[in-house]
Amino acid sequence: MTRRILIGLAILFAALVIVLPVAAIVSRAFADGAGAWWAAVSEAETLQAVRLTVITALIVLPLNIVFGLCAAWAIARFRFPGRRALLILIEIPFAVSPIIAGLCFLLVYGAYGPIGGALQPWGVQLMFNLTGIVLVSLFVTCPFVVREVLPVLSVTGEDEEKAALTLGASGWQIFRFVTFPNITWAMVYGAILATARAIGEFGAVAVVSGAIRGQTMTLPLQIELLYNDYNTTGAFAAATLLTALALVTLVLRGLIAAIHPARGATP
Amino acid sequence: MPVLQTPQTRLSRRRRSPLPGLGLTLGVTVTFVTLIVLLPLLGLGWQLAQLGWSDYLFVMTDSRTLAALRITLTAAAAATVANGLFGLLLAWVLVRYRFPGRAALDALVDLPFALPTAVAGIALVSLYSQNGWIGALTAPLGFEIAYSWAGIVIAMLFTSVPFAVRAIQPLIEELDPAEEAAALTLGASRWQIFRAVTLPQLMPGILTGTGLSFVRSLGEFGAVIFIAGNIPFETEIASLLIMIRLDEFDYPAAAAIAGTMLALSLVLLVAINIAQTRLYRRFETGA
Repeated sequence: MTRRILIGLAILFAALVIVLPVAAIVSRAFADGAGAWWAAVSEAETLQAVRLTVITALIVLPLNIVFGLCAAWAIARFRFPGRRALLILIEIPFAVSPIIAGLCFLLVYGAYGPIGGALQPWGVQLMFNLTGIVLVSLFVTCPFVVREVLPVLSVTGEDEEKAALTLGASGWQIFRFVTFPNITWAMVYGAILATARAIGEFGAVAVVSGAIRGQTMTLPLQIELLYNDYNTTGAFAAATLLTALALVTLVLRGLIAAIHPARGATP
Repeated sequence: MPVLQTPQTRLSRRRRSPLPGLGLTLGVTVTFVTLIVLLPLLGLGWQLAQLGWSDYLFVMTDSRTLAALRITLTAAAAATVANGLFGLLLAWVLVRYRFPGRAALDALVDLPFALPTAVAGIALVSLYSQNGWIGALTAPLGFEIAYSWAGIVIAMLFTSVPFAVRAIQPLIEELDPAEEAAALTLGASRWQIFRAVTLPQLMPGILTGTGLSFVRSLGEFGAVIFIAGNIPFETEIASLLIMIRLDEFDYPAAAAIAGTMLALSLVLLVAINIAQTRLYRRFETGA
């Protein structure tokens, strides 16, 4: 009896709080039929937002991977002063809320900030454009790859790498043939989470994008714009794209977790 | 204490690792962390330092700031309490029972993390506004969720569901069934067993889960602003007020509110960490 009540309550809660919102998105997006959905999705400004979002993700992804692998290697394999501080700094973006993250960037890289101000005479502007969007996206995503790869590197240990070293392997060869095969899936897992986050980030990007119509609108910002314009179909159609991305992310996570159980502990 | 310090000392006394790549990887890491994390944080600190105490207090004691803080804190607290209860329920059901759809339910728990916050925001407002599926049901009862404090709570609840579930789940998996069985043979009722045997062992997870959920709720922006109504003094959250001050180019005020919220989050996170270590230690020593 208790069992049935508890299972029922859990399913009811999940249905009400988690499933229903997603159903609402799909229902609203297709309220006027698939044709209206397609027209809304292929609207020029929305396509422009998709393009900007994809470009941002394509810049952020490789930088994130290179940083994540470097940081994990340095922290897992070496002891140096400031190692703990470095670890804490890498984790900090998870504790900083989106608006505050955007504000921090504005204060340093904006026209009135020390770095942004110094660059201005050269005509270099870092905020309210693609550079600004990329910079904050790097901030909000930087812990993902490290926190997946680091535990795997620590668990694998360095015996194999040292063996390769005594056999005369170069640093690159050790990484390519000994280390990398062990951490591939952890890296992919972290990279997927980071990319999904970069694509969906709203608050931090909203602060630094400048929100110039048809120019610096990422897809999440475009959804807000359409919604505030009372273009409900447009907003929800654009939202279906991001919802699909979220579902794909979940499925990929599940698949990787299934084939590679030694993944990290990111919730 | 000495037990904790031993491995640390051993590691630091070890000879330098023969492996290559320290210079390159550490160089890349430090450059990246400096540009992307450290400098922006220092920027906020620098702005705050320029502000001075009296200006800081002027911003923070402004009635609109105080109202925004009160709304944010109370809504986050309400969402956190709800999350603790439902998180415990979901985690318990997912670990203890086998039923059709269990795997799907388990996967669904992560959806709020995967769904971009702006999408969650418009989805929730469309559900809870007067002509939405749920709003249409509650409106005749004179209870409006969208554009009210309750709407803010719903949005915060949605975005932080996974924290509590995922923090409590592993602890339920580790529970020793023999302890519950022992309590049962001693004549304890099911409720007594849960209260006296199970719940204390789950406390570290409940604490971490609700703590993280509270911190997340304090800073949530995208999911909240669509459903909140954003009326100053009534449904305006702290994150939105920071954004408004930024749009007015009032950087000092934005920095003062942001610095306060960030400090609060960091203090909470550190406190959760300390409390968690203590709770675990109490169980290990067998209190």
